[in-house]
Order: sequence, then C-alpha cells, then structure tokens
Amino acid sequence: MDVAIVGIGIHPFGRTPARTGLQQGAYAARLALQDAGIEWRDIEFAFGGSASSGSADALVNELGLTGIPFINVANGCATGGSSLISAFNAIKSGEYDIGMVSGFDKHDRGAFSADPKDLGIGAWYGEVGMMLTTQFFAMKIQKYMHDYNITNDTLVRVSEKAFINGSKNPNAWRREPISAEQIATSMMVNDPLTKFMFCSPSEGGVALVLCRADHATRYTDTPVYLKAATMKSRRFGSFEVFAPSQALVQVDGPTVDAAKAAFEMAGVGPQDMDVMQLQDTEVGAEIMHMAENGFCEHGEQEALIKAGATYIGGTMPVNTDGGCLANGEPIGASGLRQVYENVLQLRGQAGDHQVPGNLQLAYTHVYGAPGISAVTILQK
Amino acid sequence: MGNAVPIAEGLFTWPAAKPALLASRCQNCGIASFPAAQSCMACSGQDVVIEELPGRGTLWTWTVQQFMPKTPYRSNETPETFKPYGVGYLELPNGVRVEGRLTENDPQKLHIGMAMDVVFKTFRTEDNGDEVINFFFQPVA
Repeated sequence: MDVAIVGIGIHPFGRTPARTGLQQGAYAARLALQDAGIEWRDIEFAFGGSASSGSADALVNELGLTGIPFINVANGCATGGSSLISAFNAIKSGEYDIGMVSGFDKHDRGAFSADPKDLGIGAWYGEVGMMLTTQFFAMKIQKYMHDYNITNDTLVRVSEKAFINGSKNPNAWRREPISAEQIATSMMVNDPLTKFMFCSPSEGGVALVLCRADHATRYTDTPVYLKAATMKSRRFGSFEVFAPSQALVQVDGPTVDAAKAAFEMAGVGPQDMDVMQLQDTEVGAEIMHMAENGFCEHGEQEALIKAGATYIGGTMPVNTDGGCLANGEPIGASGLRQVYENVLQLRGQAGDHQVPGNLQLAYTHVYGAPGISAVTILQK
Repeated sequence: MGNAVPIAEGLFTWPAAKPALLASRCQNCGIASFPAAQSCMACSGQDVVIEELPGRGTLWTWTVQQFMPKTPYRSNETPETFKPYGVGYLELPNGVRVEGRLTENDPQKLHIGMAMDVVFKTFRTEDNGDEVINFFFQPVA
C-alpha cells in the first residue's frame, strides 16, 4: 500500500511567547486537518514527538478525546523523521487508512545541554566540557575542510544563503539577510564555526495528515506521495556526536546508509531530486550532508556552492525554506518542517521561496544525536 | 592541600608513577574501546581485557570551546574567569582515537596531524581541597 500526504500544517518557527509548545502543535494540527478537509475525529492514529514541551499525546487535550492510539516518539533531532516512518509503516501495513504525524517544541535560549547519563556516558565527560553537540560539528567540518580543501568562504556562503531563503519564507524565524562579513566576523563559537553559522534552539510545530494512496484524492487535488522513509543508526566506526572515542578505521555514517536505503526503496537516484532539505544544524553539516546523501562527490561542494548551485533557482536547491539556520530547531518539529516545505514545493505553493519548474521529486534528511539519520523521498 | 583524585575511576591508572589511559580490548575482534567497556561495540563480544593506551599520538581533529558551557560542565571557573579550551581527538597508534581536552587553546598553534602527549593534570579543586585529576592532550615540546 502506497502512502500519500494529504494535509499539512505549520505554526511559524521562532519565538511565540503567547503560546506553549503544545498549543503550537495544536495550531499546526488544526491547519493540517483543514488542509485535508477533515475533522480530528476522522484521524485513526497518530505519532508525535516533543523534546521539551511535554508528551506529544497531550495534544488530544487540545484536539479532542477520540480514543485513538497516539504514540509518543523520542529520537533526538530525528524525532520528526522517526514519527513519519512510524506512520508510513502503519499505513503501508494496511492496518490504518489515515493518520497524523505531529511534532512541536519550545526550547530555552542558548545551546542545548545534554546529560551524559542519558547516553550511557560517564558524568566526567560532561564535567570536563565535552557534552556539547557544537564541538562535534566543529571537529567534523574541521577534519573535512582539511581532507577535501573546503575553505572558510564556503562556510560563510552557506550561512548567507540560509538567511536569504529565510527572508523569503513567512514561517521562518530569521527573516533578515545577514551579510557575509557579519557572518564571518560574528563571535567564534567553536572554531571554525561562528555564531551565525549555527542554528539555535527555537519553537514551532508541524503536523501532516497521511493516508492510503488510493484514498488520496478524497482529501486533496494535490496529493504528494511518500515514496521512501528510512531511518538508520550508526554502525561501528562512524564518527558521531558524543563519542568519548572512535575507531581507527572509519566507516560511512548513518546518513549515507539512510540515503542509500531511501533511494533503493523509491527506485530513484540523487540526480532525480528537484529540491532537497538537508540537516543544517550548522553550515558544515549542510556541506558534508550534500556529499553524504549522494548529491555530489566529497570536495565538489566548494565549486558548487561558489557557483550558486544550492540557491533557489540553482541546479540543486538546498534548504529552500532557510533550513535550521533560519528556522531554528524545535527538535520535535524540525524534521517535519522539511517535509512540509517539500510538499509546498511539489504543490507549487512555496511562494517567494518556490523552486521554478515542474518539480517531481523532493528529498529530506535529518541527523541527530547520538548518530541517527532519517530520509524521505516525496513524489508528486 | 587535599588529595589528588581521578575525575572518574577506571579512565586511567591512578595513582601511578607513569599514568596511562585505560582501554578495553576485545579478545574476539581485537578492537580497543575507551573508556573501557564490558562488551565490544564492534562485535558484541564480552571477552575483553583492560590495557594501557600509548601516551603519545597525533591530533586527528580539533576545535576550541569559546563559550563557557552550561551544566553538566563543572570546573572552578565563573563566566568572568572562563578561558576557552581546546578539544580534540588524539589518534593513539594501535589503539583508538580518544576525545579529550587540549592544553593549548590558540587556534594558530593547533593543526591536524601534530604530535601530542597524554598528560594528567588538575582540572578543578573540590570544596574539601581535593584536586580532581583529568587527562589532557599537550603538544609535544
């Protein structure tokens, strides 16, 4: 059984003091229901996730107590992707006809802080100051720049593009372009990454209504089909966040594995994608994820980005809604934001950030601690 | 002057004339892990032996932590006295790449491939006067 996305809803990302995370999730859910032309009581099941705003299944208090199975999902930055895969499989199995995926969050300002114990690591690791995702991202791109001759200018360009795209997206948090000079000279956070090269924890909510593909036209004239949804965790030897040590022999990370599995499932290749949303927790991640997902060879990013290939209107548009850099990262909602954006793109409803042309295929990728990745491929 | 106590038991030999980081080596597949674990992440084997890791290696990658982390960071510093610190992975021959703090925090003096020694120094002092010892990576003089 194929699966279609027939309803999408988003609560603007950023800071919304007047609404709790849960209320932002409910806001997005109501818009998704409205988009599909249905009521909450029509939903047969839901998967949802939130890292800082309580249990996602508390949404029923806002939307109505209908007795459906609502399963909470927690998988770090891949929470949204994991919820989506769960819903995808629930419909594919034939068990359910229509359901909802929800993600929302509202985080405090400042870098995420994590507890080593939650990941099976000794307390010493946090005490000495190594329990920071930002350090990992910096060390990974530092090594990558060394190995593949990526320059600092390229880091700056990725950030510049993100804020330009954000300025075109009414739901983005950062809606003002930031100059290359400002980006390059902003406070150094973890060398070589400056403040404006990182995304920040933020707030927001997204909901999607999924149904059996053969029912899709009951709900919408513009169904988008979920051709693949895959999720992988790290194998031994991959270089991952929160690793007190790593093997001498390196293997491909979960992104490479999830991408390969997704292309195989969908029966298409990287060259077929018209638009892609790639996890850009910081600029280095976007650069490395271009190659890890198969969109270019390692090292080609330098020339591609300089030539403007990843801009809207370029040959391989990346993070057309401004990505995590311009939207911030509400953990539960972040991966679903990417899918929301791709549905808009495939429907031709992305407004100022619409990729020109007749788009057929769109790609999303998330990466999260402690080494997990989820990918989707959508088709019009 | 209090006692010199290790930041965690089993991370390194302590007290010792020549302290060393401790790894577990899997007797099935030969892979070393740090910190020492009871099973092998590579092959799930449970037959592991503790061994000392080499005291010198090469810097595989690095960064400098420019802002003071929130809890669980626990040093004696305040936001006013905080000094940026280097963090990196040191590749220890025939062992494993270990993540640790660097004694050097000047980006101009750090580069991938440089030789570094594993050293053991006071990280913080407890209220009772105990000096908490941690491992650091220090450029070879």
